[in-house]
Amino acid sequence: MIAFLVRRLLQAIAVMAVVALCAFFMFQFVGDPVNQMVAEDATDEDREYLREQLGLNDPIPVQFGKFALNAAQGNFGVSYQHKRAVSTLILERMPATLELAVTAAILAALLGVPMGVYTGLRRDGFASKVIMTLSLIGISLPTFLIGILLIYLFAVILGWLPSFGRGEVVQVGAWESNFLSASGLKSIILPAITLALFQMTFIMRLIRSEMLEVLRTDFIKFARARGLSNRAVNYGHALKNTLVPVITIIGLQLGSLIAFAIITETVFQWPGMGQLFLQAVQVVDIPIMSAYLILIAFFFVIINLIVDMLYYVVDPRLRVDQPTGGGHG
Amino acid sequence: MPKPSNQALLSVRNLRIEFPNRRGILVAVDDISFDIAPGEILGVVGESGAGKSLTGAAIIGLLEPPGRIARGEIILEGERIDHLPYEELRKIRGRRIGAIFQDPLTSLNPLYSVGRQLIETIQTHLPLNEREARVRALELLEEVGIPGAEERIDHYPHQFSGGMRQRVVIALALCAEPRLIIADEPTTALDVSIQAQIISLLKGLCHEHGTAVMLVTHDMGVIAEAADRVAVMYSGRIAEIGPVQEVVRTAKHPYTHGLMGSIPHIGHHVDQLTQIEGSMPRLQEIPTGCPFNPRCIQVMDRCLVERPDLQGVDQSEVACHLFDEAGLAAGAGE
Repeated sequence: MIAFLVRRLLQAIAVMAVVALCAFFMFQFVGDPVNQMVAEDATDEDREYLREQLGLNDPIPVQFGKFALNAAQGNFGVSYQHKRAVSTLILERMPATLELAVTAAILAALLGVPMGVYTGLRRDGFASKVIMTLSLIGISLPTFLIGILLIYLFAVILGWLPSFGRGEVVQVGAWESNFLSASGLKSIILPAITLALFQMTFIMRLIRSEMLEVLRTDFIKFARARGLSNRAVNYGHALKNTLVPVITIIGLQLGSLIAFAIITETVFQWPGMGQLFLQAVQVVDIPIMSAYLILIAFFFVIINLIVDMLYYVVDPRLRVDQPTGGGHG
Repeated sequence: MPKPSNQALLSVRNLRIEFPNRRGILVAVDDISFDIAPGEILGVVGESGAGKSLTGAAIIGLLEPPGRIARGEIILEGERIDHLPYEELRKIRGRRIGAIFQDPLTSLNPLYSVGRQLIETIQTHLPLNEREARVRALELLEEVGIPGAEERIDHYPHQFSGGMRQRVVIALALCAEPRLIIADEPTTALDVSIQAQIISLLKGLCHEHGTAVMLVTHDMGVIAEAADRVAVMYSGRIAEIGPVQEVVRTAKHPYTHGLMGSIPHIGHHVDQLTQIEGSMPRLQEIPTGCPFNPRCIQVMDRCLVERPDLQGVDQSEVACHLFDEAGLAAGAGE
């Protein structure tokens, strides 16, 4: 287990280094930042001074070394547009995105898993067929369209829920939360559903197909032949055996939820990291773009690491440090 | 047709298993009847697709849809069980009828220790608490010959070899001391050297506990070694059923004859093993009359039109028109 963890951590560091390199090269190729920063009537001396200040005249390996060292300490430079530290900007926006993504993930898992189990167990039932048909909508409709439809129905026609923003947020230390005020809670419903819908149908279909697969296996037949109750067979034996692939997918999906909340955040004017990133793209604010890239990669690496460790918890075959084999015939 | 006897543990009467599909109905098992006495080992032998495994699955109520019992009765200790609701039948499975499947590598859930699977099964059927169930699980593991049971009980299936896993499977089938065990090809997936061990273990345990076994296999060697009686199945019907010595030594049905002729014997030099020409007909192409008629070397006109019923010859019963004459002659002699 320890050796495994160390190996995975080294891999994670390697991945982060490569991502940092990509993020760094954005500065080299996406235009000259100095043009963005100086006034139109700046002299060449002003520009040169700024270059020197920003370290743009150093050799590239030195620049990358400085960049990586700073990034590792959470220092991503100053936003061209906002003229504030990128790390502060992102930290301000992160609670909004994380709350939205986690709410969506919980929603997707809480509804997707039971529906997947149900449709897997009763695949010929009427309700299963209805759910499967409806799930095609979740799979095939693009997120922005679902968001707009939801806004139209619940905000415009019915007027039940706000159509944009986070509503009233409550400050808990450095964290701004949606969950502590009524308007905050109301505000998160539509974006969370929008973001969750695809994931939910995806998880449901995944669990369903995994259940169908597992229910055909010999050990399920044997469990039935031993007279175990349906509950023990379906949940104790079948569902648990679907967990390894399901954990992988849910984990990676959580990463995508954070990364691709961009669209939902745009549709709902949600003041999260995605919106910040999109604004940064429009004005070529490279420090924000590169920091966002590194941050998202970091989330993926961390989630992957957790998923790998969960495998160990779920599947005893992977716990290699236990004594194996022994005995014959 | 044999009459249901009072002392039979399991009695299968006129069982017919069908698979409805788009083009019609396939009859996989057609009107078979047999009894198993308490403590008896009945071998069921036949080629793949002869319907032997399906018969076993039907007895424990685990036919896979769309397969279904279309006709007939299955009677366990005087009680009809083929039409019981799922929940009722579930309580019989494992408690009164145990089952062992072909592949021990895939019969155990890989995510749970063997102890947990044993305890779970024991507690499903017997009123024992966790600790008592564990004690029983240990006894069972020792009984099936797993060395170091105390330590091995907490191991996972992947930590056992194939033969050891099949021993665990047997322990699981024996958990609640069932009266009958359906063993579906219990040794087919194992090394030849292990097969004999498992068969003698199964035979010994069932003898000790007075458990009857329906031993489904395509291996005549296993039958000859373990079974008291043997039923030979062909195209979903019983071709011949009788005491194992009689069927092996003096096979009556031409199909059984062919089966026995195809087994090589050590010490008997033959230039060529006999083989049965052709292959078993597919379910949708079973000929009228005797299903074996296209391959039979003693085929008569009658075999092409009239289906033979089982009839008593010596201590066996045979479904073959060859023995009609003997029966008629005996009748005429009275």
